Amino acid sequence: MSATLPLEGLPAQRVETRIGRRFAALRQEGRAGLVTFVTAGDPDPDTAFEILQGLPAAGADVIEIGMPFSDPMADGPAIQAAGQRALKAGMTLRRTLDMVRRFREGDAETPIVLMGYYNPIYAMGVDGFLAEAVAAGVDGLIVVDLPPEEDDELCLPAIEAGLDWIRLATPTTDERRLPKVLAQAGGFVYYVSILGITGTRSAGGDEVAAAVARLKRHTDLPIAVGFGIRTAEQAGEVARSADAAVVGSAIVDVVRRNLDEEARAKPGLAAAVHALVGELARGVRGAAEHGDPAER
Amino acid sequence: MTQPLNTYRSGPDETGHFGIFGGRFVAETLMPLILEVEQAYAATREDPSFQEEFDWYAKHYIGRPSPLYFAERMTEHLGGAKIYFKRDELNHTGAHKINNTLGQILLARRMGKTRIIAETGAGQHGVATATVCARFNLPCVVYMGATDIERQAPNVFRMKMLGAEVVPVTSGTGTLKDAMNDALRDWVANVESTFYIIGTAAGPHPYPAMVRDFQSIIGEEVRWQLAEYEGEGRLPDTLVASIGGGSNAIGLFHPFLDEPTVKMVGVEAAGHGIASGEHAASLNGGRPGVLHGNRTYLLQTDDGQIVDAYSISAGLDYPGIGPEHSWLHESGRVDYVAITDREALDAFQLCTRLEGIIPALEPSHALAQVIKLAPELPKDHVLVVNLCGRGDKDVFSVAKYLGVEL
Repeated sequence: MSATLPLEGLPAQRVETRIGRRFAALRQEGRAGLVTFVTAGDPDPDTAFEILQGLPAAGADVIEIGMPFSDPMADGPAIQAAGQRALKAGMTLRRTLDMVRRFREGDAETPIVLMGYYNPIYAMGVDGFLAEAVAAGVDGLIVVDLPPEEDDELCLPAIEAGLDWIRLATPTTDERRLPKVLAQAGGFVYYVSILGITGTRSAGGDEVAAAVARLKRHTDLPIAVGFGIRTAEQAGEVARSADAAVVGSAIVDVVRRNLDEEARAKPGLAAAVHALVGELARGVRGAAEHGDPAER
Repeated sequence: MTQPLNTYRSGPDETGHFGIFGGRFVAETLMPLILEVEQAYAATREDPSFQEEFDWYAKHYIGRPSPLYFAERMTEHLGGAKIYFKRDELNHTGAHKINNTLGQILLARRMGKTRIIAETGAGQHGVATATVCARFNLPCVVYMGATDIERQAPNVFRMKMLGAEVVPVTSGTGTLKDAMNDALRDWVANVESTFYIIGTAAGPHPYPAMVRDFQSIIGEEVRWQLAEYEGEGRLPDTLVASIGGGSNAIGLFHPFLDEPTVKMVGVEAAGHGIASGEHAASLNGGRPGVLHGNRTYLLQTDDGQIVDAYSISAGLDYPGIGPEHSWLHESGRVDYVAITDREALDAFQLCTRLEGIIPALEPSHALAQVIKLAPELPKDHVLVVNLCGRGDKDVFSVAKYLGVEL
């Protein structure tokens, strides 16, 4: 970990990574970022790639790609269904990595974070997965069912391989537990603003601000806040206190609404997703004009 | 990670592992809660008043000890080992499941939890949970796969009469594993108020150990009950039990794990045969993976996607198995075999006709293994099989399979 900037022993960002560079640039612009989540292979591999490819131009600052899993315990109905559609369309973890590789051919800067569950990675083999993920141009990992108690499994080998291990913090993560949760954290901290599964409710601006302030006492990493953000207005509200707003279910819902009766992509599906992302990006950027960057 | 070599009973270690199996593979939201359950259970199991309370309800409410019964006609018919039935099907609610729901609800009360959730496949664990919730006046929500709700209408009605809310699960493939996913999702959203009563010796630590401890009453009773028939100090030679998640089997086996002369056989459901791909035999037809909070053997694709299990017995069709069984399998202490639907049905009928006991389809798998083993064993060989449930719930599916119109 020689690449970290040590700040009073707090987990700090590695500036030379894509994630580090992106958040540094956002700070310079004086605005918060937009993190968009899409499920790999939803509703089919080609359409999913078209969506992915257009996200940076639409306004996404960081891209999270969901690795489909048959049993996504922490996800709500929208993202569960997206994963099912992708699996049905033949998506696998190897194909997800291929998709990142193709994306990197046209975009060397936008950070890519893979998000999902441990079993598909474990089935592929941790070493093989990490080698391929690094080669494909993945920047970070969020593996929902690997808490700090299981760091030996993938977190430590991933850091060793040069990937950022992005940790989830939740309202149940109390002061005593936070240092443990943040110990190996890299890239940014993903604050899950509500108790529950993805896409169900959203937290109020004050709650988010208080939570971000609490986290900032424990880390110098940027704080991205997600779970339940559906509109540009909500994204803007979150962006006033957090370093980034994460939007997932709302994007995935646009995919669902643009399917025909046989669950095939209708023409214009990717454009519809990009339109929503553009709106969310305007919400996030608008917040920066009113907010005080120094307080972030 | 290391277990002392001279004991099989010391697991799990402080991080919840049995060898490489077990662990705590849950989302961060649940982690503080899992740690809270772990602390509460560690304190409670040391508290004599908890054991007293458990024993009182076990005796007066469940009807324990369940008899150890010498199955004389089956023994004669098979012409080999002496066969004993551990009669856990005579428990209140008709299966071993209530041993565990009693223990967990007493813990939930001590933790001040005000709402209970559970998952169920065939409905037996759901009924056992709804039963103790009625007794202790706690609201109860049971998650059950939509397809299972259709197949198990009588149990759904029983749960509703007991005051439980039964939530149909349509996510994923709408079966037991998805019911467990939805129960976990509920728990994540209601962490303050809710206690999740998991129905088998699986899930994140401390559940596998806790459920095992509550079910170990089965094996502990066998140990002293056998003296009445075979004299003081006589140990069983072979123990046989069926395995879905594996709670009745670990309850029978665990007290004997360090007795080297006691042979143990766990019986998985082979469904239409392992080769057909339609089965529920995680150890015989799966490989290690991570699901529902623990590392264990799972039915899965090459890509690590979980595959639905199949068995005629709804209580066995779970694509995983308790982590302690995975460890006992790899260490070689317990043999794990698989029995097909057809073999289980034959055993079901034989037991019914010879002993006047209608077993559930789950222990019918164990009985089918007994039918294979007993004739090859000497007449003084003591074989104990856990009759973990009664077959009343299964008469409709058996009739259908035999082509009888009711």
